[in-house]
Amino acid sequence: MLALHEVTAGYGHFTALWAVSLRVERGEAVAVVGPNGAGKTTLLRVISGVIAPRTGTLAFESTPLTGRPPHEVVARGIAHVPEGRRLFPALTVAENLRMGAFLPAARRTFAETLERVHALFPVLAERRQQRAGSLSGGEQQMLAIGRALMSRPKLILFDEPSMGLAPVMVLRLFDLIRKIREEGYTILIVEQNVRQVLKLVDRAYLLEVGRIRMEGRADELSEQDFVRKAYVGL
Amino acid sequence: MIDPIFLAEAAVNGILLGGVLALLALGLNLIFGVLDIVWIAYVDLVMLSMYLVYFLVMVYGWPIWLGALAGVGLGVVLGVLVHVLIITPILDSPPINQLLATGGLLFFIQSFATFLWTTDHRSVRLTLPIIEVGGMFLSFARLVAFGLAILAMVGLYLFLTRTYIGTAIRAVSQDRGAMALMGADPQRVYIVTSAVGGAMAGVAAALLSIQYSVHPHFGAAFGPITFMICVLGGLGNMVGAFIAAFIMSEIISVGGVLWSTEMGYVIAFALFIVMMFARPGGILARRQ
Repeated sequence: MLALHEVTAGYGHFTALWAVSLRVERGEAVAVVGPNGAGKTTLLRVISGVIAPRTGTLAFESTPLTGRPPHEVVARGIAHVPEGRRLFPALTVAENLRMGAFLPAARRTFAETLERVHALFPVLAERRQQRAGSLSGGEQQMLAIGRALMSRPKLILFDEPSMGLAPVMVLRLFDLIRKIREEGYTILIVEQNVRQVLKLVDRAYLLEVGRIRMEGRADELSEQDFVRKAYVGL
Repeated sequence: MIDPIFLAEAAVNGILLGGVLALLALGLNLIFGVLDIVWIAYVDLVMLSMYLVYFLVMVYGWPIWLGALAGVGLGVVLGVLVHVLIITPILDSPPINQLLATGGLLFFIQSFATFLWTTDHRSVRLTLPIIEVGGMFLSFARLVAFGLAILAMVGLYLFLTRTYIGTAIRAVSQDRGAMALMGADPQRVYIVTSAVGGAMAGVAAALLSIQYSVHPHFGAAFGPITFMICVLGGLGNMVGAFIAAFIMSEIISVGGVLWSTEMGYVIAFALFIVMMFARPGGILARRQ
């Protein structure tokens, strides 16, 4: 479904990704794990078009995606739940969700999608008139995910969804992402919470200083001594 | 001692003036909120629209309502042109360059207007009555202008809260990048914002042209007070600008009756400077 081929990207003189190749098949959940500064966020930003790759190509559903701007990437069916959530704090919960459905195609099915999002996150229905900035961290993350679902994506990119959440909330969040998965969405998730995320996904890539160091099935990878010692903490 | 009826009249006139000032401040603030650029030449665009209203009505004999609509239309066109020709190329430049570019536009428009139309003051002559309400004498033109200004602001409010693109404009002013991830083309949001800001300038032009005469330096008369209102209300803060417009217009109007019009402006600007020390983030900013 999504294929990156030898993508190199960075900011100014700094190169954050070196010839990264990665695939996500339809219906799959894939994680990219790795330490801080490994280039995980950059990877997602390249996919959603926020930054253009210097070299290499991207394709989504067998058509090229290289160098397309973010608003076109969303229209192709890739939603990005960005790092730090990036909600519109002064807009209400309802308005944030409405903005998630900004695309003409998403507007047509707005009421139906909203119902599904409310079913998944009842708290968003309760707080619909509240400003997004007044929600708790966990609720904000749910809103960010709900907002992404409003565009009716085929593939959802999650950037560190557990960041800044209390441990109890982290577990709930992973349950919710599992639910979203079961609804048939394809998922690419970037996480530092390696132990939790490996329980959630089918496959994982290990990214270190901008290079893919390892890849494999999630259960196999979590058994590797190297990963256990360095990231899982067992 | 001044007759209280004069003070009351001044207070009402202050409110009436505040309506149009608020309209100008909201238009300018809307653009700033989204693009982070202050259009220094904003009121000079108003001046161009006023000239159009003048020529259409006084020279070509159009009815005033049609001339006013044309003035609004020109405002929209000018808003889009300024964005495409001047703002787009310097969108990522340092703020000082952006100020210089829009400031340069101000002098360009002023000089060009002087060249084309000389420094003559021209006014749309309408025979509008003076109305007496409870001993106060109020200009009908001002009442109409106030009513229409309020109507335009209600329209702006509904646009910003009830439509997708209007809500997107508010969203972009909070997080530019995130709105692109929602599927909105930033360039399109900028153009719509500039068009709406231009429309506000056009409406203000139509409403000002039935009260004031137009001349190439019209922008110098209303420009500074408009910026002051925006800053006093907190740049980008629409509610703050709305309130600040009425504070300023009351000071100018009531101060004008108590002393003189010039003194009214002196007090208004003095208060502005004091407020910049007391509340630099604007009247509605939360204290740190």
